[in-house]
Amino acid sequence: MRTAQTATIRHGTLENGLKVLIQEEHTAPLASVWCWYKVGSKDERPGLTGVSHWVEHMNFKGTKNIPRDQVKGIIEQYGGSWNGYTWIDQTTYLETATRDALDRMLFIESERMANCLYDPEDCESERTVIISELQGGENDPDQLLEQEVTATAFKAHPYQHPTIGWLPDLKMMTRDDLYGYYRRYYVPNNATLVIVGDVEFDDAMRRVEHHFGGIQPGGDLERLRTVEPDQTGERRLTIRKEGTTAYLKIGFHAPAAADAAFVPVVLLDAVLTGAKGLNLWSSFRAAPPQRSARLYRALVERGLASAVSGSMVPTEQPFLYTVSATATQGTPLSSVERVLLEEFERVRRDGISDQELTKAKAQLKARLVFDNDSVTNIAHQLGYFETIASVDLFTGLPSRIAAVTREEIADAARAVLAPSNRTVGWFDPLPVA
Amino acid sequence: MPPVTHAGLSPSRATLDNGVVVLAKETQTTPAVAINLAVRAGSACDPADAPGTTWLLSRVIDRGTARRSADDIAEVLDSRGISVTITVTRHLFTVACLCLSEDFEPVMTLLGEMVMMPSLPAEEVETRKGQVITAIRQDDDNPLVRASESLIALLYPDGHPYGRPTKGSVEVVETLTRDRLLELHDQRFAPSELSAVVVGDVSPQHAHGVAANIFGGWRNAAPPPVTLPPVRHATRRQRLIVPMMNKAQADIAYGFTTITRRDPDYYAFWLMNNVFGQYSIGGRLGDSIRERQGMAYYVSSALDANVAEGPLVIRAGVSPSNVDRAVASIDEEITKLITEGLTPKELDESRRYLIGSIPRALETNTAIANFLQIAEFFGLGLDYDVRLPHLLGAVTLEQANAAARRALHPDRAALVIAGPYAEA
Repeated sequence: MRTAQTATIRHGTLENGLKVLIQEEHTAPLASVWCWYKVGSKDERPGLTGVSHWVEHMNFKGTKNIPRDQVKGIIEQYGGSWNGYTWIDQTTYLETATRDALDRMLFIESERMANCLYDPEDCESERTVIISELQGGENDPDQLLEQEVTATAFKAHPYQHPTIGWLPDLKMMTRDDLYGYYRRYYVPNNATLVIVGDVEFDDAMRRVEHHFGGIQPGGDLERLRTVEPDQTGERRLTIRKEGTTAYLKIGFHAPAAADAAFVPVVLLDAVLTGAKGLNLWSSFRAAPPQRSARLYRALVERGLASAVSGSMVPTEQPFLYTVSATATQGTPLSSVERVLLEEFERVRRDGISDQELTKAKAQLKARLVFDNDSVTNIAHQLGYFETIASVDLFTGLPSRIAAVTREEIADAARAVLAPSNRTVGWFDPLPVA
Repeated sequence: MPPVTHAGLSPSRATLDNGVVVLAKETQTTPAVAINLAVRAGSACDPADAPGTTWLLSRVIDRGTARRSADDIAEVLDSRGISVTITVTRHLFTVACLCLSEDFEPVMTLLGEMVMMPSLPAEEVETRKGQVITAIRQDDDNPLVRASESLIALLYPDGHPYGRPTKGSVEVVETLTRDRLLELHDQRFAPSELSAVVVGDVSPQHAHGVAANIFGGWRNAAPPPVTLPPVRHATRRQRLIVPMMNKAQADIAYGFTTITRRDPDYYAFWLMNNVFGQYSIGGRLGDSIRERQGMAYYVSSALDANVAEGPLVIRAGVSPSNVDRAVASIDEEITKLITEGLTPKELDESRRYLIGSIPRALETNTAIANFLQIAEFFGLGLDYDVRLPHLLGAVTLEQANAAARRALHPDRAALVIAGPYAEA
């Protein structure tokens, strides 16, 4: 029996700089292909917020060799699914289908890299689709609060703006802005292609060379240099808007995935709110094991909150550790906040117990298995970690987790949960008219 | 490479003396096991005067058993990194969990206790009531939920169990007591109603043995069958506006009552709906409303054929200024579908897609367990996964077009708009 971390991951690099990661998994007659680009909303300059995500949408709208009217069904005829997403560090596209569709999947991704059309009419039509996506998100008070807490927590680093972008920028952006961005970042030397499934390495590499070998590399990309200065005092915001439910969110600046303190904070989060696993694509589909977690006991079991959760997602640069709570009807946010802050101080002062450490590690061990239950989910993890740091970081997770000590977690708690490092956000609902 | 064929799940099935059905399927993809215990005790079993009772029971059933306290259960789950997922549909109450294979036996034992002998501690009932009330209030502020629930109430009026909100109302939940939950459990949870599915890295012999040990001694009389009033198909168009002026976007829910899952035309309906509102990004609806007109981030239709005639629901999220145009586009696509029909190419594409997606749909332990549970509930047979391609393959264009004409017509549609929208 193998898990993704013990399976053999084989590497290749084409002359044009395209990195290739392949893992053979012969358990089902399926293959998953993901193409990852090292570009996300942190690479956007002011005025162009949301461009990475909009570009992602445009890259599903036909290419030189896949006419617009043939996009629909191109992978479905193999029983396949396709999708894509954009976040702060990365943009990615995937197809999962029966293994006989491997060539088709590689063809689609090579076309996406080199030959997308950006028809002006399609750009306009997509503007309103994206604005609809943004407004759908604003309908959710919790999502609105997350956006505002993040924007408040960062004052210099572009992690501050939402991946979907700010509405005024979405209204102003032009087709040339989109196309220029696409051409700059969608080059083989800025991409990682991942194949996981019922394939054979040499055969798959030959096919990759056939589809991608002729794509010219791009020039050197100027990378973000901004480093968020240390936060020097607590920040606060309150959204007062019509609604039925009160939400609280506290964001703390937290270490990047490659930082030695990253895994200790993941374990700290497991103690506070239950382990989530580390797969952005699949982890959040099952509730975390959190009934004995400290914040669950302090808030949900005492009837102060109907839900509490923590989020510590691997990122390329230091992002946020966020704790969110939904107040039960009639409970003031101040009561929820007081209990949360007491718990943060307690763990900063006393650290965690041996028993808690053992439990947190057992939880993560199980979640890492559950994270990797399909070729799609395994392929996600390889590409995700390679894009934000290195795939070795992913394969090394079990040993990193096993080696963490109580002292490292206590140090992480003292540093990350410090009052001067936090941004506290309230969604305090006004009565609905 | 050889052509891809689906080898078939071939699960093993046994019935214990007391009526519990056990289904097991061994896989070795990951060192994990999916456990899925489904009791035929969904929200259709709610007392007529207390919708939401089953839902509250689902929030408390895992918080104490005759043998363990809530804290003991928390320890069993959290120390193994697992969480129990409890879902309530119209007809099934499901307790499910994905665990490491080394934890299979103790976890299955715990889940069995929850189903057979929950203690439903009074203080837990109170805490979970608070959570449910908060969740209902969150739903009250969610245009998508408001549109969907209001539509279902229009389609299934007069207290039909399908038309009631699964979580119930704040007023009803506040009145529910531990005794009421115990009574419901005693009336509806019985061995004759349970099917236990185990899928993963455990041998079928072991799975059957463990299940027999856990459930073999359970005794409770079989409940009377759930009786559902007849579903009345609409004869006129209905339209309801749910004003939510604090929101940025409006949600549209537009639907019909359709057929039962056992209806021989089910596969024709499935294919028709795939062409209409699912294939690629939302089928024909997606082509029109999202791709050509750029009006919505999401638009699709879903068919939920059930024990009684279930709904087909079209959903879209659009800016308030586009609501009327989006509704007109839905009307137009329906009219086009029922007058001109599907094209042979569309039918063929959807058919190839649905058949080709079977290996992907049955890749994970959790997905296989869900599939087996549905097949068991509707009596589709142990070889359903192998027969499914043939069932889809046998549908003719005429049958799919007849399904569209039978199910859809703008003049019989129920329509709800929830969001920052007011009638012109």
